[in-house]
This record gives sequence, structure tokens and C-alpha cells, in this order.
Amino acid sequence: MSLERPDTADDAAVERTPDELEALLGDLVVDRDDHLNAPGFVIRPDTVQETLSLLKEQAGYDHLSVVSAQEYENRYESIYHLKKYDDPTQEVSIVVPADKDHPVSESAEPVFRTADWHEREAYDLIGIEYDDHPDLRRILLPETWQGHPLSMDYDQDRPQIATLPEHANPLQEHHKDDESDTMFLNIGPHHPATHGVLHLKTVLDGEQVVDVEPDIGYLHRSEEQMAQSGTYRHQIMPYPDRWDYISAGLLNEWAYARAAEDLADIEVPEYAQVIRTMGAEMCRIAAHMLALATFALDINGDFTATFMYAINDRERVQNLLEDLTGQRLMFNYFRLGGVVWDLPEPREEFFSNTRDFLDQLPESVEEYHNLVTSNEIFQMRTIDTGILPPEVAKNYGATGPVARASGIDYDLRRDDPYGYYDELDWDVVTEEGCDNFSRLLVRMREVEESAKIIEQCVDLLEDWPEDERNIQANVPRTLRPDDDTEIYRAVEGAKGELGIYIRADGTDKPARFKIRSPCFSNLQTLPEMSNGEYIPDVIAALGSLDIVLGEVDR
Amino acid sequence: MSSDQPFITDESRVVTETRDSRMSGQGDRFNSRLREAFGSSPFILTKFDKFLNWCRGSSMFMLQFGIACCSIEMMHTYAVKHDLDRFGSGVPRASPRQADVMIVPGTIVSKFAPRMKRVYDQMPEPKFVVGMGSCTISGGPFQEGYNVIKGAEEVIPIDIHVPGCPPRPEALVYGVVKLQERIANGEAAPVTVKPYELEEFSDLERDELVDKLADQIDDDELVMRYNFADSP
Repeated sequence: MSLERPDTADDAAVERTPDELEALLGDLVVDRDDHLNAPGFVIRPDTVQETLSLLKEQAGYDHLSVVSAQEYENRYESIYHLKKYDDPTQEVSIVVPADKDHPVSESAEPVFRTADWHEREAYDLIGIEYDDHPDLRRILLPETWQGHPLSMDYDQDRPQIATLPEHANPLQEHHKDDESDTMFLNIGPHHPATHGVLHLKTVLDGEQVVDVEPDIGYLHRSEEQMAQSGTYRHQIMPYPDRWDYISAGLLNEWAYARAAEDLADIEVPEYAQVIRTMGAEMCRIAAHMLALATFALDINGDFTATFMYAINDRERVQNLLEDLTGQRLMFNYFRLGGVVWDLPEPREEFFSNTRDFLDQLPESVEEYHNLVTSNEIFQMRTIDTGILPPEVAKNYGATGPVARASGIDYDLRRDDPYGYYDELDWDVVTEEGCDNFSRLLVRMREVEESAKIIEQCVDLLEDWPEDERNIQANVPRTLRPDDDTEIYRAVEGAKGELGIYIRADGTDKPARFKIRSPCFSNLQTLPEMSNGEYIPDVIAALGSLDIVLGEVDR
Repeated sequence: MSSDQPFITDESRVVTETRDSRMSGQGDRFNSRLREAFGSSPFILTKFDKFLNWCRGSSMFMLQFGIACCSIEMMHTYAVKHDLDRFGSGVPRASPRQADVMIVPGTIVSKFAPRMKRVYDQMPEPKFVVGMGSCTISGGPFQEGYNVIKGAEEVIPIDIHVPGCPPRPEALVYGVVKLQERIANGEAAPVTVKPYELEEFSDLERDELVDKLADQIDDDELVMRYNFADSP
């Protein structure tokens, strides 16, 4: 079957048991603190770099998914969730406790570049300081914010002050000195090409970009706090829809559902898994269509043709999703243990509508290829611009279409199977170009793969015996996972690996709920892709990353 | 447009007719049905203000302004199926200096509120604001968030609120048309009570927080101070 992984005879790919890992780390391990998904090793806060580089170099753990930080009654803690790009089911958690009074821990940035932003976020929200960090300052909240909002003694009724920093006018005489000829350019936070409220601090030398620094946090809606104050069963599920809001709702809901179901040990009925798989792939098509629409808008300024065509296709798939879930954008359709209701009646009509959509899809895709990818001007703008080499992408923890366009064969639907994906026949799309063009191409080809998945799901659902249509497992009215159980689970969202870390404390609400957003990591690669290129290429690179600020900032 | 007259496909006839009538100056290009209805008088009488409001409401330039989830539905409102342009208000302008209406489509957080206020200030008068979605009403589902401003009205005055999370495009169309109607009728917008202002740091009332930040912020830097305890 096409889902087989290509064979790798690499030493690093060898799976090691937790005990072997402990032996490898030797004295570095102070204690064991296993999570549900992975063995966890407690280390001293001054040996972070040593431990992580040992695991990266010798055991092949080359993917730092996320750094989740939290505060306990007696200590602070940062957890480094590591896995392998070659086999994401091999996971290990490195737990780094830090002192309650002076929470200082060594930075992992020299080993994994991606730790830069993750640790800044941990500093911003929790208050842990990282030694040896290149640039430790707030990332999501304004610089002038007082206190760390997810720490225990934070009082959210305190007044706060936010500034509106004015940047020097670049045209002013005195701004130019003899040494350099650079110019500072603000892009955003209100700008049509930033896909929301992103702010790019750009330094230009002539037409070329010397440095670009994304400034995020303009849509930091305290999503983690919201999830931590909701109960597992019903109150959290509406929020995932609003992380990646480009119609990718069901994909996000699945991330939470998967983590919580594994945490509470809930088995989802097969029928519900098929419905979930079908719905999720519809969402992926809708999300990729918008990526295509806005990318064409960024490159060609094409508000009239490609944008409208893609929106038209989105309307079609949104109609299907509305039939299925009852909402156009914020579906809230998954429940722990299944989905909220069965397919809409009359079922035949829903199936035939879905098939109609699938039938016309190849024609639309063909049209996009005519309009966009085979357009010479478009090709000149995108081919060989915004290069992201695979090693760099891995170092930054890039996932999803961004990683796959750099030739990294990483897709959690196949590599860490969930839902019904491993029973179906489809391919993981990769491209070797590493440029803006490849990233678009991957998305467009993924649309076709998603259509294949939906079609197989429809076939399955059509023939499903009527008395076996079980849409929800039996789930207790109030879920109280055991005290001090921790889990990190990820699914393949529209933009990449969307993971959830939950720590349960025996109550009906999570004690810590951490979202690993793919866009957050992907956006970090922007300087790598655009430094040295021209300004229009920065815009193209940003468009090809297909970020959504709701998910970057959370 | 009336559709009982099909397109004339007989090429020769169209070309000659148009050309002939233009050459003789007898064409009825400028003779609309409306013109006929007025009869022979070339004048109409109306109040200047009324006429101006009617013009204003009939052609609105929107600010292309995306914040959060609602902006996706806003894009759908501009695009094919819903096509806001049918109502004379569907041209998104990228610069606030060219826009009449700002749709606020999403959650306002502490870091963004000063920017939004700045963008609003840059729009020329007369300007109007449509608040789209629950977040602009009260903070919506994020109302209890530590970083969330409890409604766009804490920062700028809003003329029309469109509820929903997110509102359907139809709802937004209804809201915008309602706004146009009100503008055409010359109805004034409600005034919000004491929103958060952008002010210079030195103008803030001195208290513990201001003293603490004094060495971080210049005196003439613009700041916005949030009193979260007093928020609704």
C-alpha cells in the first residue's frame, strides 16, 4: 500500500526502549516522570543543552515539537517534547524543573533553533527565565505588560498599559548615516499582505531585505487560559475552531479530541471515525483553497479571478460542512468519544451533493493550474524564491505543507495514524523544490488527496449497516482524568502538526493546557527564507507559509 | 436592469445605430428611465443635506481590515456568492485614508487596540464603523481572557453591531445595508461613554503602575491604559 514508509537504514532511526534511553543519558537523568505518550526524564536545569544535543545527535530525536512550561505549587517546569521526523511515534519528554523563587533554566536554542520562540513564550506567559537565550523578551504580550498571566499569583484585574511605539520616519535626513544605507520598514499590523494582524519589522538595503523580524501577539486571545477554565466534556470543544479559523475547525477539534480521549481512555466507534475523517478532509480542502486564494492575491494582486474562483469552491465545501455540522465556520461538531450527530437526512442527498462536489473538483484544480501555477509571471515570482532547505526546516520544527515542500516526508495522518486514515488509500504529497512554488503545489496536490479520502469515506458510509451507526461512545457525564497524568498528542492540521499538551490534576478541568501551533513554528522560518531576497519575495514567502494569526498567537 | 430586451446579436444594426445617433447627437444614452419619469423638467427639488446623505449612503468604501475569524466570513461577503458590491459598498480599500466604513471583524486584544485606534483616527470624516461578531460586542467567547478588550466599543465608537460567532455573510450584508439606510436618513451614531484613549504617557494619572513603567516608556510616547477591573 502507498502508506508504507520508505526504508531507512539509519542508525538514528532505531527505536530505543525507555531504559536504553536512560542508559544513553546516564547521569543526566535525575528522575523519571513518564507521560502517557512518552517516557519522561527529569534533568537538572543546567544540563538542558547537553541532554538535548545527546538525544538529537545520538538517538535521532531531531524534532522539538513544543516547549510547554507550567508552574506548580513548589516549582516551575519546562517540558521539551521531542520526536523524530522519521517516526513521530518515537517520542521522549525532557522535564526540566526550575526553582520556585528564581526560575532559571538553560536555553535549548543552540540545539534547536525553534526553542527561541517557544522559550520566549514560556517566559512571557509563565515567567521562567532561560539562560543563554539570544533574545529573551516578551513575545505575545506588550513589552510593558506587568506579571506573567499563566503563573499562579497573576491578578487579571490589574490595570495594564500598552504602548503605540512610533518608528522614526525613514525619509528623515538624520536617519541616514554614512556607515550603512539601510532603511527601516514597518509592514503591518494592519496590512493586506500580512494575512491578519502580523507585524513585520523589516530592514532594507536598497530593494533587498537585510533582516525581517515577525512581531506577533496582536491576536493573543488567551486561548490556553480559556481551555484551562473549561471542563473537559463540553466547554473546551468550541475553542479549537477558533485557533485556525480558516475553516479548519474539525481538524483542530480533532487535536483536542485525540488528546482528551487518550487521556481519559475513551474508544471512539469506527463509524464516528469515518465521519470525522471525511469532515476533517473537507476542512482541509476549504483551508487550502483559501491559502491558494490569498497566495494568488499576494502574488498577482488578483482579487478578481483566482480569489473569486477559490472562494467559490470554498462556498461549495462549506455548504457540505454546513449540512453536516450546522455551522459554516465554527463547527463544534466533535464530542469526546465521537461526533455530535449523524449525517444529515436524507442521507442520499448528502452523499450525492458530496459526490457532485468531488466530481467537479478535478476540473477546478485544472483551472487553478491554468490560472496560477502555469502562469509564467507567477512562476517567475515564486520558483526559487523563499528557499527553505530541509535541515533548516527541521531545525525550526516546521511541519505540514511547509515541511513537505522541502522534501521532508512527514505527515502525522500516516506516521502516527489516528481516525480512519490507515485504512484508506491515499498518498503523502512531497515536493523537492523547497521554494514558494513547491509550497503552493503541495497544497494543491493535497486537495486532490483529500478528495480521494472523502470519496472512500462516502463509499464506506453509504454501505454502513443501519444498526451499526454508532456515533458516540459511552462517556461519563463528568470527566476527571487521574491526578498528575500528562499527555501530548498531535494531529495533522491544515498547517501542520497541531498538538495539545494536557496535564490533569484530578479535577474536571485541565491544570495545564498547551497548544502546539504549527504556524507558530512555521512563521519562525520567515527570516531564513527572506533575508537577502527582495521585498516582494518576503510577501510571497509569507503567503506561501500560509499562517493564520489566530493560531500563531492563540 | 431589465432583461426582457435580449442582447442584440445582429452586429451591423447595433454598430450603425449607435454610431448614427451619436453623430447626430440624438442618442438616448443619457435618457434613463428615471429621467423620463421626471418629465420635461430638468430640475428636481430636494434638501442639500438629504441629497448628500443619499449619496454618502449609496456608495461606501470599506476598509480592508482583517483581524480574526470574522474576517474570513467578511471575505466571503465581499466575494462571489454574497457580493456586498450589489449594495454599493463592496470595494475594500487597503488604506484607511480612502475608506468610509471600517468593519471590525474580530477580537481586540491589548496589543492591537492602540493600533486599531490609530487606523480609525486615520480615516477621514465622515466615518462609520460596523462591529462584526460577538467579540466586538463584549469580547465574545474570550470575554474572560486576561488579554482581551471587552468589546470594540471600549476603543472606538460603533454604529452597527452584527451579532454572531461569526455572523453569517447574510447577517453582515444586512448590517451594512442597515448602516447605509441610516446614513441615507441622516441618523446619527450613538456615542460611547469614555472609551480607552491614546494619550501621551506623561498625561497619565500617576500611580504605582505608571511609576513602575516610568523608566521604560518615554514621556511623549503614546500609550493606552486598560482598567480591566472596571471593564464590564
